[in-house]
Amino acid sequence: MNLGILVWSYLKAKPLNTALNSLLLALGISVIVVLILFSRQVEEKIQSNAKGIDLVVGAKGSPLQLILCTIFHIDFPTGNINLAEAEKIARHRLVKKAIPMALGDSYQAYRIIGTNRDYPALYNAELNEGKWFEKELDVTLGAQVAALTGFSVGDTFASAHGLSAGGHEHEEHDFVVVGIMKPTGSVLDNLILTSVESVWKVHDLAIDYISVGDTTQKASTLVPTVAAGDSTIELTSLLLQYRSPMGAIQLPRYVNQQSSLQAASPAFETARLFTILGVGVDALMVLAYVLIFISAISIFIALYNSLKERRFDLAIMRTMGATRLKLVFTILAEGISLTLVGTVAGIFLGHAVVWSMGLLIEEIHKTGITSFVLYQEEWIILAGSLLLGVLCACIPAWQVYRTDISKVLAGN
Amino acid sequence: MVAVKNLSFSYPHAKPILFPDFELGNGEHVLLLGDSGSGKTTLLHILGGLLRGYTGSVMIDGTELSGRSEQELDHLRGQKIGFVFQRNHLISSLTVKQNLQLAPYLAGVSAGPDRIDEVLAHLSLTNQQNRSVLEISQGQAQRVAIARAVLNRPSVILADEPTSALDDKNCERVINLLLQAASETKTALVVATHDQRLKSIIPKHIFLNSTT
Repeated sequence: MNLGILVWSYLKAKPLNTALNSLLLALGISVIVVLILFSRQVEEKIQSNAKGIDLVVGAKGSPLQLILCTIFHIDFPTGNINLAEAEKIARHRLVKKAIPMALGDSYQAYRIIGTNRDYPALYNAELNEGKWFEKELDVTLGAQVAALTGFSVGDTFASAHGLSAGGHEHEEHDFVVVGIMKPTGSVLDNLILTSVESVWKVHDLAIDYISVGDTTQKASTLVPTVAAGDSTIELTSLLLQYRSPMGAIQLPRYVNQQSSLQAASPAFETARLFTILGVGVDALMVLAYVLIFISAISIFIALYNSLKERRFDLAIMRTMGATRLKLVFTILAEGISLTLVGTVAGIFLGHAVVWSMGLLIEEIHKTGITSFVLYQEEWIILAGSLLLGVLCACIPAWQVYRTDISKVLAGN
Repeated sequence: MVAVKNLSFSYPHAKPILFPDFELGNGEHVLLLGDSGSGKTTLLHILGGLLRGYTGSVMIDGTELSGRSEQELDHLRGQKIGFVFQRNHLISSLTVKQNLQLAPYLAGVSAGPDRIDEVLAHLSLTNQQNRSVLEISQGQAQRVAIARAVLNRPSVILADEPTSALDDKNCERVINLLLQAASETKTALVVATHDQRLKSIIPKHIFLNSTT
């Protein structure tokens, strides 16, 4: 016999009460855990994905949309920008690096990004096998894309028009897989990288541009195979790195003055996104705390009631030599066990929810949000639940402490 | 083992109850008789250290109880005193055996490895040991209570109407087991009752006079 067996026997004697109380608490805790898992990981992902990108230039429209589309690859492009205009920006003296980006096609909802080698270099991507895209229609796959499509080097596929699954297929031009990247933990894992020219080619824009052959024409800084100043062809956006902090002051204004262009700062837009999401997160947090508060009351009432029924039991225990402190300790242990069971179940449930959402919702799976991490906050929740147990058991324990055993025994 | 001298106790707003002096030796048994309200339960509670605030002297196994703190009395109770009540005094969420295991745990003593099995066998409860106490009969429950009371080898067992809820057959069996268990550990026995059936079995009687 020990404290554990005694407390467990009491909890077991009222299985429905115990289950209800644990469940209530578990629900509240799981909402908090899900929110923590999501918001922390989304924040981490956003920061790591936006790392090294100071400014995004694209067609006029919603700046947030531009950021979501070109950095996180979840929204649709705001439109196209003229290559000649993009070049003008790229040549600005405050621009250290400009990475072109051409979107338009996808394969099974994985986006095909026309860009250059600077783009994977942003995320320090390395090759797992094969080589980087070079020729037209060469593609290098993100690790996740390769894993889920089962493609290996040498395979070919036809892209679909549009950025979501089910678009019209460009059957006449097959892409060739020439390489597969190692996992980076970034958005790159879900992308199919190719050259800008490849994207133009599948859209039959190839015939329009003036290619740089042995002519005397200067090559474009963004797409070297194309003559500089070609105004007939378009990109989706441009990712910029500043040469100096001055860029942050001058470049956005400079870009926005161009009639058809806009500049969006990833740092600013993601902060704005957090503010918008934050309202929802806060609302859910309030709901979670209400649930926890109700479960605390429920646990308190359960302990209080069961104590009334057990007054005689407790008096008997005193006749067997139990000190008041021992009984107080038993009641506290009962409260703590209840909250502990609920909390552990809640943390488990929260992780299970995130895990199953990852399985069911493709977008979540793609973001790489995992349920297999424990954040420090979860330990704080666990410690808090112990405190909650003590709080709920406080009044009942105090009553046990001052019970007059002789009166209880004589009264029965 | 038990010595009571000049003992009186008064409940608030009531006349004080005066108790007769008496002494009990090792393994001696006594029947505490009197009408309801004469103070039988009160005396048992005082002897067991459950009630304080009396005047006079109460000695249990050489220890004076009056003036002791609640915690000291708890320890004394666990080590030297066993209680048997009329009914409902087993912990219902536990099994028969767990109820016995509770006694040394709560008293903070060690029962010894075979003591519980020995007591169970002695009171013919071995077959019932894993049953819930809610499933056993009143007679069996009373035997479990006796087993629990003698488990820690107390100096005194205080029994409050231990047989009043039982039929004749069970009454005889239970009281005999109680006497037998008590004599084995040389335990003094104080039985408070108005059960006439016990008068012939325990010859030494103490009468409490009603105060009204």
